[in-house]
Amino acid sequence: MADYIKFGKRQVTKEEYLAPGHRACIGCGEALAVRLACKALGRNVIISNATGCIEIISSQLPWTSWRVPWIHTLFENAAAVASGIEAGLKVMGRKGRRSSDKVNVVAIAGDGGTSDIGLQALSGALERGHDMLYLCFDNEAYMNTGIQRSSATPFGASTTTAPAGKMSIGQVTWKKDLPSIAVAHNIPYVATACPSYPFDLMDKVAKGAAVDGPAYIHIFSMCPTGWRCAPELAIEIGRLAVQTGIFPLYEVEDGKYKLSVKVPKLKPVVDYLKRQGRFGHLSEDTIQEIQDRVHKDHAKLVDKVASSAAVA
Amino acid sequence: MGKIFKSETEVTWKDLDIGAIVTEPGSASQYQTGGWRSQRPIVDTNLCNKCGLCYIYCPEGCIEQGEDEYFQPNMYYCKGCGICATECPKKAITIVEEEA
Amino acid sequence: MAKRVGIEVSVAIGEVCKLINVDVVAAYPITPQTHIVEHLAELVADGELDASYIPVESEHSAMSACLGASAVGARAFTATAGQGLELMHEVLYVASSMRLPIVMTVANRPLSSPLSVWGDHSDAMAVRDTGWIQIFTENGQEVVDSVLCAFRIGEDSRVLLPVMVHLDGFHLTHMIEPIYIPEQSEVDKFLPPFNYPLPLDPERPLTMGAFGPPVIFPETKKAQEVNLRAAKKVVLECWDEFGKVFGRHYHPVEHYRSEGARVLLLTMGSFSETAAAAIDKMITDGKDVGLIRLRLWRPFPFEEIRQAVKDAEVLIVLDRAISFGGPGGPVCSEIRSALYGEDKRPKIISAVSGLGGRDISIAGFEEIVGRGIEVSQTGSEQEFEVFGVRE
Repeated sequence: MADYIKFGKRQVTKEEYLAPGHRACIGCGEALAVRLACKALGRNVIISNATGCIEIISSQLPWTSWRVPWIHTLFENAAAVASGIEAGLKVMGRKGRRSSDKVNVVAIAGDGGTSDIGLQALSGALERGHDMLYLCFDNEAYMNTGIQRSSATPFGASTTTAPAGKMSIGQVTWKKDLPSIAVAHNIPYVATACPSYPFDLMDKVAKGAAVDGPAYIHIFSMCPTGWRCAPELAIEIGRLAVQTGIFPLYEVEDGKYKLSVKVPKLKPVVDYLKRQGRFGHLSEDTIQEIQDRVHKDHAKLVDKVASSAAVA
Repeated sequence: MGKIFKSETEVTWKDLDIGAIVTEPGSASQYQTGGWRSQRPIVDTNLCNKCGLCYIYCPEGCIEQGEDEYFQPNMYYCKGCGICATECPKKAITIVEEEA
Repeated sequence: MAKRVGIEVSVAIGEVCKLINVDVVAAYPITPQTHIVEHLAELVADGELDASYIPVESEHSAMSACLGASAVGARAFTATAGQGLELMHEVLYVASSMRLPIVMTVANRPLSSPLSVWGDHSDAMAVRDTGWIQIFTENGQEVVDSVLCAFRIGEDSRVLLPVMVHLDGFHLTHMIEPIYIPEQSEVDKFLPPFNYPLPLDPERPLTMGAFGPPVIFPETKKAQEVNLRAAKKVVLECWDEFGKVFGRHYHPVEHYRSEGARVLLLTMGSFSETAAAAIDKMITDGKDVGLIRLRLWRPFPFEEIRQAVKDAEVLIVLDRAISFGGPGGPVCSEIRSALYGEDKRPKIISAVSGLGGRDISIAGFEEIVGRGIEVSQTGSEQEFEVFGVRE
């Protein structure tokens, strides 16, 4: 039997680099996203993983779920450790102590480990131009420690440290725009991805790894546990995030924006919000506020895409 | 299931590799996550068109393609999330309650 | 034959790193170690050292980048001081528990507040328990020799631990001293190539840094402690070999006119040299005193300390750091602990001085020893005394 599965013209390896038997929650979108990303990366990879959901569910002593070289150290330094790996491999190749063939150096971190505590290390690594791929798996809160807010938590979501209550709607700030921060570092490749669009995700990961220099991919990671939605709907919710314009899928290559999934008419955000308990407390007014903001942000993105196309 | 590893309560400090490095890739795959589920997927091969989307969308990576090219979830690992049933374009997968 | 040159100690560190052919330098500037990373940058820019020079954005990232580099089998080096050492504090524990033989020179500097860029041992005392091998130095030659030995000790397959070489900020980093810089051939012979046994490599996938639930965590720490203790043997072997090859002999505890002395002063770091001059004066003045200096800080040299003080009646331990609200001198409390179980042990007096880079003159040392002798006879209400503070 072949060691790949055919999807149309495409071949997807049967290898599971993140072995089944891992301890992710039932219906975890992040585990799926990592599983798919690993298929796109293949064997020739070294992963630097920050503390977080993926690290915890895959590496409980004395065993490991990883079938590729993998290192976890701390919470905020995935990008810094990856920088050291990349620099070490480069110089050892130059000095003839190992092959100088490229090894894909990949940093994996959650939204907490990227947007908050890991932002400095990420910025430093991107600025220095290391040949590495940074994957931010965004489940929109500090999920592993029990659903605490991060700067990637969306407006109006209820988390344990920004809970909805009589005096609060939960998250009172808008999601930090990490892809734009990455773009501001003038790196060759930035993209957003979602495991509900698995082939798009795998293509982008492969592209980001192949690019010469730093690449950043922000990956929407559906979390039934933290978002209070039915596990079987995880993929559907990811799809809705894209189709409502809440999480648009696009690429930025050398500063030029390109949409990956064109949604001619955005679905109403309420379709997405109502399926998740973390938004269950929102009033119609707040939902409208979110809707207006999504339309505004989407229009900005469409503008960027248009002006990128114009320059080309 | 392949090599049987010492249980975590039996590992001594001398058993550990330097820096507690785990040298056996994928050794955690001995853990039976199938014990978690309260519902299970049943595949009706009469309806299945072998598209493989269930395989793609399974967060566990535990759906396997058989010699007959049909896809079947591996019950040792399946957590019963139901994603495969929801995503199946042919509605070939049904979710039933797991036996006690 | 190695040439003896007048060279700034920081620059000499760069030169020896060049001879050692370090692979990765993670560099973040902080007074008073900056000249170390600056000189390394020049060497790399001029092609004299082929290394990946990573100008990181903080010390936390400096040590993190060293982790990554060492984990793939590259020889990693960094330098820091004071606040920088504290900023990378959590990463230090990771380097040692993951057995990554990184070498770091620490230009000892106090911890804020108030801000101080001068030399004392507060930063070193804050990292006692990080699991690194730690060596203190007294002059530029010792610094250069210790850096070379640090790589050899750390990378030894029986050790595989990170090593800190402590040198006093400004007192050593910025001094131009006459130093023998070893020849390239001597370094090549003394230091074998670095061969990490389990590097990260796609050819052999392994997992570093798995998390430890209570059922297994204590086993990992026992393994770590056994390994650090066992490293002492390798340190002694290395210094033994170094002495044979280079003619300079190093020991965990150094002695200066201490044989049979009734009163001993114990110091650590660069002010030991002034202390030695003070001891000379006191002996000339008819006092029964001697000096012992601590060189190997971790793993702690219990046997050598016990041996060194066995005939003394008074031991005055001079710390260049302070443990607030506690036993005062951190080194002194460790010495006390080391000697507690001995049937015969000297009266141990804790003195603290030289904080924030304040110099101690020969007269200052005389005062400390004099007061120490007094306290040994009459006792004191205080756990320890701070010397040289204007009242």
